[in-house]
Amino acid sequence: MLKRKSMAVGVALIAGAVSLAACSSGKKDAAFTPQELTDMLHLVMESDRAVYTKQVVNRLKEAGVIKATEHFTDDQTLPLPAQMFRFGSETVAGKTDKFSYSLQSNWAINKQNAPRTDAEKQGLTYIVEHPGENFYTTEELGGKKFFTAVYPDVAVAPVCVSCHNEHKDSPKTDFKLGDVMGGVVIRVPMDS
Amino acid sequence: MKKLIWLAWIILMIAAATYFGYRLLADANKTVFLVGETTDGHHQIEMACGACHTSPFGGGELLQESCVSCHGAELKSANDAHPKSKFTDPRNADRLEHLEARYCVTCHQEHHRDRTLPMGVTQPIDFCFHCHQDIADERPSHRGMGFETCASAGCHNYHDNRALYEDFLHKFADEPALKPSGRTPVLAGLAQKHPGMDIVPLSIGRADHATSRDEISHAWAQSAHAQAGVNCKGCHQPEASTVWEDKPGIAVCQTCHAAEAETFFQGKHGMRLNPELPISLSPMTPALGRLPFKSEAAHRELTCNSCHGAHQYDTRKAAVESCLGCHDDEHSRNYEKSAHAQLWKDELSGAAPEGAGVSCASCHMPRIEVDIASGKRVLVNHNQNDNLRPNEKMLRSVCQSCHGLSFGIDALADPQLIKNNFSAQPAAHIESVDMVKARPQTQH
Repeated sequence: MLKRKSMAVGVALIAGAVSLAACSSGKKDAAFTPQELTDMLHLVMESDRAVYTKQVVNRLKEAGVIKATEHFTDDQTLPLPAQMFRFGSETVAGKTDKFSYSLQSNWAINKQNAPRTDAEKQGLTYIVEHPGENFYTTEELGGKKFFTAVYPDVAVAPVCVSCHNEHKDSPKTDFKLGDVMGGVVIRVPMDS
Repeated sequence: MKKLIWLAWIILMIAAATYFGYRLLADANKTVFLVGETTDGHHQIEMACGACHTSPFGGGELLQESCVSCHGAELKSANDAHPKSKFTDPRNADRLEHLEARYCVTCHQEHHRDRTLPMGVTQPIDFCFHCHQDIADERPSHRGMGFETCASAGCHNYHDNRALYEDFLHKFADEPALKPSGRTPVLAGLAQKHPGMDIVPLSIGRADHATSRDEISHAWAQSAHAQAGVNCKGCHQPEASTVWEDKPGIAVCQTCHAAEAETFFQGKHGMRLNPELPISLSPMTPALGRLPFKSEAAHRELTCNSCHGAHQYDTRKAAVESCLGCHDDEHSRNYEKSAHAQLWKDELSGAAPEGAGVSCASCHMPRIEVDIASGKRVLVNHNQNDNLRPNEKMLRSVCQSCHGLSFGIDALADPQLIKNNFSAQPAAHIESVDMVKARPQTQH
């Protein structure tokens, strides 16, 4: 029974991989549209991020066990949720170019994480002005065409708000719980 | 006439093919294939072409893999501020047109020694501009500073900023130039190295091999090896099935000192003996080096015994005397006159406590804490180049043991002070710590 289940999971994974590959290369028989694909990717990212923020960082901070700090190696603390997200992004970047993602904000603490491309600038502004909505577009970067999706990144826990409001490099200091603090930008190449 | 030219051409071609074929395939000097003079970092292994050029058909990606195979772990441990993964995001495509930061060779081209800058950099040193041209808007204190000064003024490094990041500067901003009771870390003792092991020290009468040379027996009996219960055969005939070896090689040392050997192979002293090189090279000698060395030492081969001495294995001798037996540059020649040397002499004489002295090894082969299966252990990093690329890497591992961070930054940024072996005060003050102190550290 277990073997059959494992096989089923394996088949599903392979089918998914084939579908994703087909999608990224723009084939007509793709199982998912680029938007469906980025929506699914974002769902995983958003869920993991919220779990880490609430169940690890916020919970352990409130229990007085351990804090999350920017220089967690030197401080022997936990990585900040935003860092956790970026490390995942950089790890993915080292393994595949089938998709990429980043965390950005119009009020970025590190200015390298402010929107740079026109699509990023439009998207980051759109999700702030239209709470609850995502932003989808296409853009050409380095001679390649990309499907680009921008999703709102919401302050899900008190630590999000307190950290950003208190950080010396934060350009905005009046965030509240539930505010859109920035956005997750996911890109999928449209050309093979 | 035409036939004659063709004949001459064919003969010339055959001669060239024979010459280069012989050089390539026979056990002959292959320097003829070097396309340019190698950098100071790689010249020792320049004949091990395959160390970098792993395949005749490899392109940039293969070359990149070679760079990472030797330098990747170091960059990772340095918390590399500009890893490749930061530049693979398509949003940086426009930046890559100016600086292809995904590949090491963009900034570190080999075989161009004539235009290679410190740290093996072959880019114009104002390259930070490409991504950080707006820095003055974010940091008004940086207004008017030239981009050629970012990495050359003791403030920032492209890869390793562990001792230079803003919060670190702030944390140690108010340290005094000289800490009242500075000490270097204490090396792991036998009990820490071998927890739970019953170690029985050996006396001269318990040597398991007879020698007519008393000086050898006496040197061994006073050595750490005898104290650790390592007898003659422990090195000369470690397996009963093998024959007695008069001069055991590094491989024997490695059986007990693996971590030390590993770092030795990474540095300029031992890189020619690195077992991962595609060919075997002779040990390093001062004659093969590019620094000033004593002429009488020119052909001394660098192995474990060269510095530690066979049988006595005196780490104190290895910490200064051995270094100065070969090195003859201004910095080395001025050591004996320095305050560091005086402290070392005081430690050896017992006038100063253990760890108060500063030997050559204190700075260039620092004692580092490493993770081992049973916890942490302090050992000597035998890669003498590890904290010199660039020298700000010394701040945390060395200077801050005794000196304040700001003083250390000033000292390491002063080339004249380095030449006279820190026998004066730093001539200039690097303002990075002051800038941090002047900036509000919170919003409130």
